[in-house]
Amino acid sequence: MSATTPALRPRALGRTAVNTVVGISVLYTLLPVLWLVLAAAKNRDALFSSDLLSAGDFSLAANIGDLFAMDGGLYGRWYLNSLLYAVVGAAIGALISTACGYAFDKYRFRHKEKLFGLVLAAVMVPQTVLALPLYLMASGVGMVNTFWAVFVPVLFNPFGVYLGRIFSRGYVPDEVLEAARVDGAGELASYFRVALRMLGPGVVTVFLFQLTAIWNNFFLPMVMLSDQQLYPVSLGLFAWNSSATVSPEYYPVVVTGSLLAVVPLILAFMLLQRFWRSGLTAGAVK
Amino acid sequence: MSTTVSATTGDSRPAGPARAPATAAPPASARRAGRRRLGACALLMTPFFVLLVAVFLVPVGTALWLSFFGADQPGLGFGPERTVFVGLRSYTAALTDPTFLGGLATVALYCLLYIPLMVLCALALALLLDSGAVRLRAWAQLSLFLPHAVPGIIAAIIWLYLYTPGLSPVVDLLARADITVDFLGINAVIPSIANIAMWSNLGYNVIILYAALQAVPREVIEAAVVDGAGPVRTAVRVKTPLLRPAVVMVAMFTLIWSMQLFTEPMLLSQSAPLINSRFTPSMYIYDAAFTRNNYGLAAAASVVLLACTIALSYGVTRWTNRADTAEEAAR
Repeated sequence: MSATTPALRPRALGRTAVNTVVGISVLYTLLPVLWLVLAAAKNRDALFSSDLLSAGDFSLAANIGDLFAMDGGLYGRWYLNSLLYAVVGAAIGALISTACGYAFDKYRFRHKEKLFGLVLAAVMVPQTVLALPLYLMASGVGMVNTFWAVFVPVLFNPFGVYLGRIFSRGYVPDEVLEAARVDGAGELASYFRVALRMLGPGVVTVFLFQLTAIWNNFFLPMVMLSDQQLYPVSLGLFAWNSSATVSPEYYPVVVTGSLLAVVPLILAFMLLQRFWRSGLTAGAVK
Repeated sequence: MSTTVSATTGDSRPAGPARAPATAAPPASARRAGRRRLGACALLMTPFFVLLVAVFLVPVGTALWLSFFGADQPGLGFGPERTVFVGLRSYTAALTDPTFLGGLATVALYCLLYIPLMVLCALALALLLDSGAVRLRAWAQLSLFLPHAVPGIIAAIIWLYLYTPGLSPVVDLLARADITVDFLGINAVIPSIANIAMWSNLGYNVIILYAALQAVPREVIEAAVVDGAGPVRTAVRVKTPLLRPAVVMVAMFTLIWSMQLFTEPMLLSQSAPLINSRFTPSMYIYDAAFTRNNYGLAAAASVVLLACTIALSYGVTRWTNRADTAEEAAR
C-alpha cells in the first residue's frame, strides 16, 4: 500500500534482503508440508531410507488404499466422525456465537459490559482445566464415550461472540434495524431476515475458525472417548502413531492419513479466503 | 460455586423481560417496544449462555470444588457419602510434588524462549510484508499461513518424523555435513517443541499484525517520510509503536496457548524417552486425573495452572497499560 509512493520504495539492495528473509520464511513453512506430500506419495522403502526426492516409486494411490484398508477401514470412519464433529459443530456454534455477539452490540441492558467481560474471560481458561469436570459431568449423565460428549462442549466459542459483536458493529447499521422496526417487523424477524444476511461474512469467519479448532481438537476426545469407532482423525492418528513405535507398518498409514487430514482445512481456507481475511482484519483492528 | 450463581443471575436478567410482553399492560407503547427488544435480546443470547453455564461455569466451579474436597476412595468420583472437606491438602500435594513444579519450570522456560521469538519474528515479517518490497505478497502470506490449517497433532507428527534419524531428510543432510543433532535430546527438546509451535502459528500472527498495519493512517507514515525517515526507521519508530495493541493481543494469545502446552509433547513422548508423562502442567493434570485417578490432585493442579494464566495475563495487561501511560506522560 504505502509502496505506491515512489519515495517510500526501498533501494534495490534492501529489496533483495527483504525478499530473501521472506523467501526463507516461506520455505520454512512450506517444506515440511512438501515433505508430507512426498512421504505420502512414496512407498515404504523410500520413506525409511529418507530418500524422497528420487523419481519413481510413485505410490500415492496404493498408500491411500492401504490407509483405508488398515484395521478394517477405521480411518474412513474417523474421517466421517471428524467431518461430523467439525462441520456440524462449527455451523451450529457459529450461529449461536454470532447471534449472541449481535445481541451484545445492538441491545442495551444493565451490567452488559460485565457479562461481556465474563465471555472474554472464558477465552483464557485452559481446556485442561475444564476437561476433568466435563468428564465427570458427562459420566454423571451417562454420556461418556458417546458422540455428544465431544460434540456439545465444542459448540462453546466465546471468541466467536467477541468477533460477532465486532462484525455486527461493522456490518449492520442501526438505521437498517430502525427501518425494519418502522415497517413493523418483529425483533427476531429483523435479525433472521435482515441482520443475519449482512453478517454473512462474519458468520463464515467464525465458522472457519471454529471448524479449525474442532478439527484440531485432541484433548477432549482423548479424555471422553474410549471407543475407537467414535474417534476423530486427530485422536486416531495419535493412536496409530503410538502403535507405530511398536509395529513400524503403521508409519506409512500415519503419514498418508496425516496428508488426507490436512486437505479439508486447506481447501476451506483457500475457498473462503476473502471472508477470513476480513475477519482477521476486523478482529485485529478493533 | 458462587461463580455459577452470579452467572445465572447475569443470564436471567435479560431473560426476565422475555415473558413480559404477554402480561404487560399497554401504558406506553415505547416501554412495550423496549421490553420486546429485551425479550429478543434474551432469546438471541440464551443458547450461548446455556452453553457458557454448562460447559464453562459449572466445570470451573466443579474443578474448584474438587480441589477442596476429597473422596476417601479416589476413583469413585462423586461418592457424596465419603466426600470430605480436605482444605488445602490437594494444593499442598501438588505444590510440593517435584514433577509438577518441574512441569511449571518447563513451561516457564518454553514461554521465555518461544513468546519473545514468536512476537519478534511475526512483527518483523509483518513489517517486511508491509514495506512493499516483497514480491508476490499475497502468495507469501498464504504460504506463511498454510501451517495454521495443519492440525496441531499432525504438525507434531510431521516434525517428529523430521527429527527422527533414519526417517528425516534433515538429520540425513546434517549427518552428511558431519553434524549430529539429537533433536529430542536433553538440550534440544524444548527448542524442538517451540519450533513446532512456531511453525504452526507464525503465519497466523503475521496476518493479524499485517492486518493491523493496514489500519495505520497513511498520513502518519507519509509525514515520517517527509521528515526524512528511511524505511527501516519508519518501520521501527513509527509503525511499531502504533501496532502496540495488536502486538499485545498476539503476545497474550501466545501466552495463553503456551501455558496449555500439551499436544506436541504428548505426541513426542511416544518416541522421546526424555519427555515423561508429567512433562508439562497439562500433561500432569491428565496423568493425575486419568492415569492415577486422583481427581483432587488434578483439580488442584488445574486451578494452579488457571491462576498462573490469569496472573500472567493480568500482569501483561497492567504492564502495557503502565507503559502506555508513561509514554503519554512523557509527551
